[in-house]
Amino acid sequence: MSKAAIKAALLLLGAVCCAPLVYLLSGSLLSRYELRESLSSLMNNGEELISWHLIPKYPTFEHYARILFQTPQFFVVFWNSMKLVVCILAGQLLIAVPAAWAFAVYPFRLRKVLFTLYIVLMLMPFQVTMLSSYLVLDNLSLIDTHQAIILPAVFSTFPVFLVYRGFCNLPKGLIEAARIDGASEWMIFVKIGLPLSSGGILSAGVLGFLEYWNLIEQPLAFLETQSLWPLSLYLPEISLEQAGYSFVASVITLIPAVFVFLLGREYLEQGIVASAMKE
Amino acid sequence: MQQLRLLKKQQSIWRNKSGRNCAWVFFLLPSLFGVTVFVLLPFLDVVRRSFLTAVTQEWSDIRNYQIVFANQAFRLAIQNTLRFTAVCLPLLIGISLFLSIQLSRLREIQLIKSMFLFPLAMPAATVVLIWKMLFARQGFLNGWLTGMGWLEEGQMIDYMGTKAAFWVLVFSYLWKNMGYTIVLWLAGIFSVSTDITEAARVDGASERQCFWRVIFPNLKGTLYTITVLSFLNSFKVFREAYLVAGSYPHESMYLLQHLFNNWFVNLELDKMAAAAVCVGLVLFATILLLQRLWDSEER
Repeated sequence: MSKAAIKAALLLLGAVCCAPLVYLLSGSLLSRYELRESLSSLMNNGEELISWHLIPKYPTFEHYARILFQTPQFFVVFWNSMKLVVCILAGQLLIAVPAAWAFAVYPFRLRKVLFTLYIVLMLMPFQVTMLSSYLVLDNLSLIDTHQAIILPAVFSTFPVFLVYRGFCNLPKGLIEAARIDGASEWMIFVKIGLPLSSGGILSAGVLGFLEYWNLIEQPLAFLETQSLWPLSLYLPEISLEQAGYSFVASVITLIPAVFVFLLGREYLEQGIVASAMKE
Repeated sequence: MQQLRLLKKQQSIWRNKSGRNCAWVFFLLPSLFGVTVFVLLPFLDVVRRSFLTAVTQEWSDIRNYQIVFANQAFRLAIQNTLRFTAVCLPLLIGISLFLSIQLSRLREIQLIKSMFLFPLAMPAATVVLIWKMLFARQGFLNGWLTGMGWLEEGQMIDYMGTKAAFWVLVFSYLWKNMGYTIVLWLAGIFSVSTDITEAARVDGASERQCFWRVIFPNLKGTLYTITVLSFLNSFKVFREAYLVAGSYPHESMYLLQHLFNNWFVNLELDKMAAAAVCVGLVLFATILLLQRLWDSEER
């Protein structure tokens, strides 16, 4: 096969991967009547197949208008999601980045043991630590508050590992030179470590954003009050009768994620590659 | 004057040396404290609880473990999770390797790579609706299949309510993780020095030989990390599964994650404790084993 044919085939496959986005966008522009016509068989469990116009016959922004001006609960949920993600990422910046610096720069005695522990914790799925998280959150009476989601995530060891990879790439001589010139350890971290490894930190941020924007297991387990829910739990609750609302809500949910994805594509790839490096 | 300056410098170096010895504590302490409080100590408590009865907190030996292993739902969930992993991992690793090889021969692949990565940015909640439209009995998939004449009219399959549900899950997983894995493979392929491959080509190796004999042996490390990461990401397929099909989906896609969630909802904490310890141990052992395998390979 020629290279052009291979490229065309791969492009086609890539387009299939992105197809759900196209359906969401087109669905968000369909009018109420057109949606009902398309999906009625799905709603009434009928026999005929659903039909779909990728390009709406009568495109309309009615659902966008409704969600923006008439549905305050959507904003509550949207800001819940934002609050969770921003607090988690800010917390990780304060906690995980210095920890990564400690592992990367100082050859202390327990380093190897602790780092292995961090990697093992990073690899454990939520289900294994679910009960332990619950026990401690229950003890601190944090269940059904946003802290129940934020605090455990802030102490996640995954960003420590990612940022650590970035710090390891710093030339050791640079740090030594700064020490000889009399810089304090804190100054070295702030003036040399942070600026020169911002790539690694951004990678952790991009991967973190996409992960926490899509948080489901934790809020499902630890949040009962619906007004505290993030978008990722709220969206599937919208019934099929309100398909238009559901499509628009999905599109709006996608906007921040796509924004971060497009801006941070390079860092995302770096982050993925860094996550796969063996100690 | 000169001497004084020298002395000062000496002093500052000395001060930094002693400061350096314990500086790591300040950097690491907040994180270590959090990890201890939120993960390590409570996990020890879980281990303790796995040997106690749920209500009275009496010592119950290994009874919890016996109950868990005798539990029908646990067996089904383990079986499905293993089957899911056994089907998904080879599929994902194989297909993504094939695609990466093709990609590595092309130029300007940034766009294609990004297209494959895009599903990573799509929250599970936003695809639920699309999945319903695709895989419902009246959905697009049946429409396309009848359109192409592969499915007779009136014989529409309800993908979420039959054994096909398992394959819907496999599809979701592949869709979500293909880009991630391709990026990893490409990084591995491009890290093999072009000098070596050039030399092999000059010596008359075909494209195929060049790949299997020269590039692939250098990708074993990549294979190890891809296996571990894909395995752990396979746990996240619960998101799509739960959002599309709820707490009790068709039994062919009832996974360990569903079981943990349902036990949690019903507050069956003793079973959860025992199962969490088991699953944690098995995962730990698997990771160690894979690493061992890889290390011995390298030597």
